[in-house]
This record gives sequence, structure tokens and C-alpha cells, in this order.
Amino acid sequence: MINVAQLSLSKGGRRLLDSISFQLTPGEVVAVIGANGAGKSSLLKVVSGEWGLQEGELSYDGEPVQAICKQDLAKRRAVMPQASPMSFPFKAWEVVALGRTPFGLNRPARERKTALERLELTGTAHLAERHYTALSGGEKQRVQLARVLNQLLSSQAKHRYLFLDECTASLDPSHQHQVFQRVRALTSEGIGVLAIVHDIHLAAQYADRVLILKEGALLEAGAVRDCLTPQAMVEAFALHTHRLSHPEAEWPLLVARKNPLVAPQPVPFKSADVAAG
Amino acid sequence: MTTRLFTALIGLLLAVALMTALAFGPVPVSLRELGIWSMHWSPMTLPELPRHIAIVLGDIRLPRVMMGLMIGASLAMAGAAIQGLFRNPLADPGLIGVSNGAALAALAVIVLGNSILAGFMATFGFLALPFAAFLGALLVTWVIYSIAKLTPGGSQVTTLILAGVAITAFSGAVSGLLTYLADDAELRSFTFWSMGSLASVTWRDLAIAAPWMSISLIGFPLMAGALNVMLMGESVADHLGINPDRIRRRVFVLTALAVGAGVSVAGMIGFVGLVVPHLVRLALGPDHRALIPLSGLVGAALLVWADILARLLVAPAELPIGIITALLGGPFFLYLLMRQTTEGIQHD
Repeated sequence: MINVAQLSLSKGGRRLLDSISFQLTPGEVVAVIGANGAGKSSLLKVVSGEWGLQEGELSYDGEPVQAICKQDLAKRRAVMPQASPMSFPFKAWEVVALGRTPFGLNRPARERKTALERLELTGTAHLAERHYTALSGGEKQRVQLARVLNQLLSSQAKHRYLFLDECTASLDPSHQHQVFQRVRALTSEGIGVLAIVHDIHLAAQYADRVLILKEGALLEAGAVRDCLTPQAMVEAFALHTHRLSHPEAEWPLLVARKNPLVAPQPVPFKSADVAAG
Repeated sequence: MTTRLFTALIGLLLAVALMTALAFGPVPVSLRELGIWSMHWSPMTLPELPRHIAIVLGDIRLPRVMMGLMIGASLAMAGAAIQGLFRNPLADPGLIGVSNGAALAALAVIVLGNSILAGFMATFGFLALPFAAFLGALLVTWVIYSIAKLTPGGSQVTTLILAGVAITAFSGAVSGLLTYLADDAELRSFTFWSMGSLASVTWRDLAIAAPWMSISLIGFPLMAGALNVMLMGESVADHLGINPDRIRRRVFVLTALAVGAGVSVAGMIGFVGLVVPHLVRLALGPDHRALIPLSGLVGAALLVWADILARLLVAPAELPIGIITALLGGPFFLYLLMRQTTEGIQHD
């Protein structure tokens, strides 16, 4: 279990995170949502150990994060970035093979075989011999997911965690669902997932719990059904929504209203002003 | 091309280069004599070699060839590592001003060694020159990296090249100032620093420079796995358990060792670090585990061949080897720039 308690972070005199507490248990998917600049990425960077801990507590399975060396941390958690540009023409399978770096690399033939299996998992086996630099944005992301899976699934650690940083933003809808189904399937292997998600529908459909951030603080935390409410949308995004339900969907459906923006209100046009002016 | 075939090919090229470099020159040496000389340490009884041939081979040509091998290998490896670290195939220790930094520091020691820098000379003795070159190279590498980090998206080509232009211009100006203080002998060595030459390499030079270069020759291949990961960015490297700061520091120090030691004995030899990794990458792909060691091999072969040309083209006089590498590297660099520009347009 990852335990986050009273976590705060300041950079350049600005308070980016303000005493955030939550827990991530192996086997669950927790979605982090919030407006741009709410601190989602900062939270992910601190919790994943990329940024140092400034204030508060952060522990992985009872061990404080400061006591875990980078390589050990890499055996317990993987991070899927928003985008991964690369200016050198590695083949897709070679990129995937790099995921095994924390475990020491095997002989090339074996690395290749494992990499191909991981590519299979993300439906990208046909890209294995293509140059990564020549892939489309969506293809790159799915290859990166295979690399991240290669890192996670190579690990013998008892509890493993996956962090996703808005990684589906550049994917088309069916690939977005493909990625989240794959991620959802990881939970049955005892992997805990913390995902920044921009699309509330994806969060609602695939997450067990949500954390809603606003201005660096935790606005709401809890089960999807309890937290994804029109009131929360107004507070977090300044957006008016309808909450709908569908017999097939056990999750709430939030759709924008006809006049969805809370503020600033569009100035009503008055013909009288024109006539007077 | 497979790695094995490529290695065999380069090995052959290197072997021929070694024999050619030892055999050709003002004093002709036959292959038979070369064979006898190369076996002289063995317990076999061999025909006696003319004394002057033994001296030419052992005291003049051999240290020169070995220095060429080491400088070529370490410059090429440094180029491969710097390109990986900057995630930019156009980076090169010479192009971004690192060699200039080293040469300027070396020049400062030569010209100011008996005045302002007397204390430095006294402290480091005969190591003052290579040590100064090392410090100069390290300083420039660090400055360039700090500048590259300021630009969003990491190391933009233009930023790097322009920073290199600025540093080259600045070090040129300071070198110009120093030449006003220099006497005739110092001026001659200034020409030598700026164009690079292996002509005056002795066993003593080799003894001073080789240990430092050996560190980089062993160190760079050990960084290969980490540099592969660094190609995906510093965040991803961190996620994969690699400390990017540590890798960066190590590449800087190894590069400064390679360039500093090379410059202190042979002056500025440009473009090796740019051209060689590029050719190897074209043949074998970007995996640093093959790229770095094989760049070393190709760099060694290239520099020995360049030195042969430098000796033969205007014989009995000699060209500075830096001129040869620049003649090869300049057009190659332009070609790379054009290719990168057109490819950039296609990708957008």
C-alpha cells in the first residue's frame, strides 16, 4: 500500500500541493481528476518518487520513500508519461526492452522475445520492427505502455504500482478504452494504479475511486459514485453538468449542460444599449 | 549490417591503417622489416634490424600511432556519449566548444605559466597542461549543458550550435589576447593547438595523456545502458531507476578527460566525435551498447588514416591533422544539417 499523509509541495514560492492525504492499495484503480494547474502532475511526480519529498509522509508498503533507492523503487513502480519523444531511431521492440533496465538486461534474443510478448499485450506486435521515431503519436503511446508493462511484469515485488500521467490524451477513443482495459486487467495481478485522467467518462468507467484536486488541495476523495457529482464538477471545473444513468452503466454519466460555464458568464447582448449608444 | 561483420570490417581497416602508418614516411620501412621489428620482443632469433629503422619505428612512429588510436577512440566515444546525453545527433565536443575550452586553458598555461599562473604550474608540475585542459573542457561542457537545459524541450539544435559559436568566438578572442603576450615559440605552439597535430608526440606525452584517456575509454562503454534509457528523457530514466544527475556528471567528467587529455598532447582535432558515431549509428542503430565501443574502434581507425594523409599529402612537409578531419567533417556536418532540416519538415 502507498500511504500519502499531509503531503505538501512548494516550488518557486508557489504552493503546488497542500496537505494531501490518501492511500493506494494494490488491486485498485484510483483516478486523479482536476482542472489544469490543479496539481495533478506535481502530485504524481512526488508520489512516484521522481521529485523529492518536501513536506509530509510518503511510504511504499510501510517503507518511507526516502529509504528506497532509485533502482529498488523502479522495481516496485512504473510510470507511463504523457508523451515520450525520442530523436534516435530505436526499433519499437528495443524501446520496450529498455523497460527491463532495473532488472539488468539479458541476452538480446531473450530481451527481444519478452519485448514481443509485451507488445502483444498492447496490440502493437505488428510494430515491433518499425522505427519508434516513425510511429504515430498513438502508436508511440501504446509502445510505451508495453515498455511500462515490461518493467512492471518483470518485477518479483509483492506489491507493484503503476502511475499514468494523462497517457491516453493522444489516443483515439477505442485505443483509450483498450489501454484502460489493459490497465484494469493489471489489478487482478495485485497492481495498484494511480491515473491522472482528463476524460471524466474514462475515470468513471474504469476507476474504483477518484481523487479530485483543486488548487493543490484535495477537494473530494472516495468511490466514483459518491464523488463524481454535478456539485463536484462545479467546484472542481466550474462546469454545470447533468448526471445521467444508463441501465448498462453502473457508473455515473456526467454530461455538460447547454450553458455549462459557471463563470465568467457571457455578457447578455442588449439591443437597447446599441440603440442608445 | 550485423555487429559482427561491421566489427570485422573496421578491425581490418584498423590493422591496415596501423601497418601503413608504421611503414610509410620519410624513412622507408619494408613490410619485412616491420615484421621483424614487431617480433623483436619474442624469444625467436631474428635477423638484425638497421638501428635507425628500429629508432624510427619504436621512438617516432609507434608513439604517434598509439596516440592517434587513443585520441581517435576517446573523441569518438565522447561524441557518441554527448550525443546521447543531449539527445541530439548533432552534438559534438568540438562543435559545442569543449575542445576550444580545453585549448584555451592549455594556451593560458603556456603563455601565463611563468606569470599569473605560476602557482598553478608549481602545484601540478608537468601535469599542469593536461589538468588545465581538463578543467577548461569540463567548464565548457557544464556551461553548454546549463544553457541547453534552459530551453523548453531539452536540447534544441540551434541553442547548442549557437552556444558553441559563442564559446568558440569568445575563446578565440581570449586566445587572440594571449597571443599578444606570447613570444615566438609560444606563438608556434598556439598554431599547433588550434589546428591539431600528432607530429611531435613522444612516449612522454603518451605516458602523461594515456592514463586519463584510458579512464574514458573504459568509462564510456560502462555508461551505455544508462545512456539508452536517457534517450527517452530524464524523467523516464528516473522512472527506470537511473539517476540522471549522476549519469550527466559522469559523462561530463569522462568527456572532459577524453577531450582535455587529447587536446593537451595533440591540440584541437575536430569532427571525429560528430562523424564517427553518426556512421556507426547508420550501420548498426542507436543502441549505445554497440555504438560506444564500435565508435571507439572506428574513431581510432579514422584518426590513424587521417594522420597517414596528413603525413603523405604534402610530403616531406606535414599538414596538421585537424585540417584533414575538418576537411572531411565540415561538409559532412552541412549534409547532416540539411538532412535534419528536410526530415523535420516531412515529419511536421
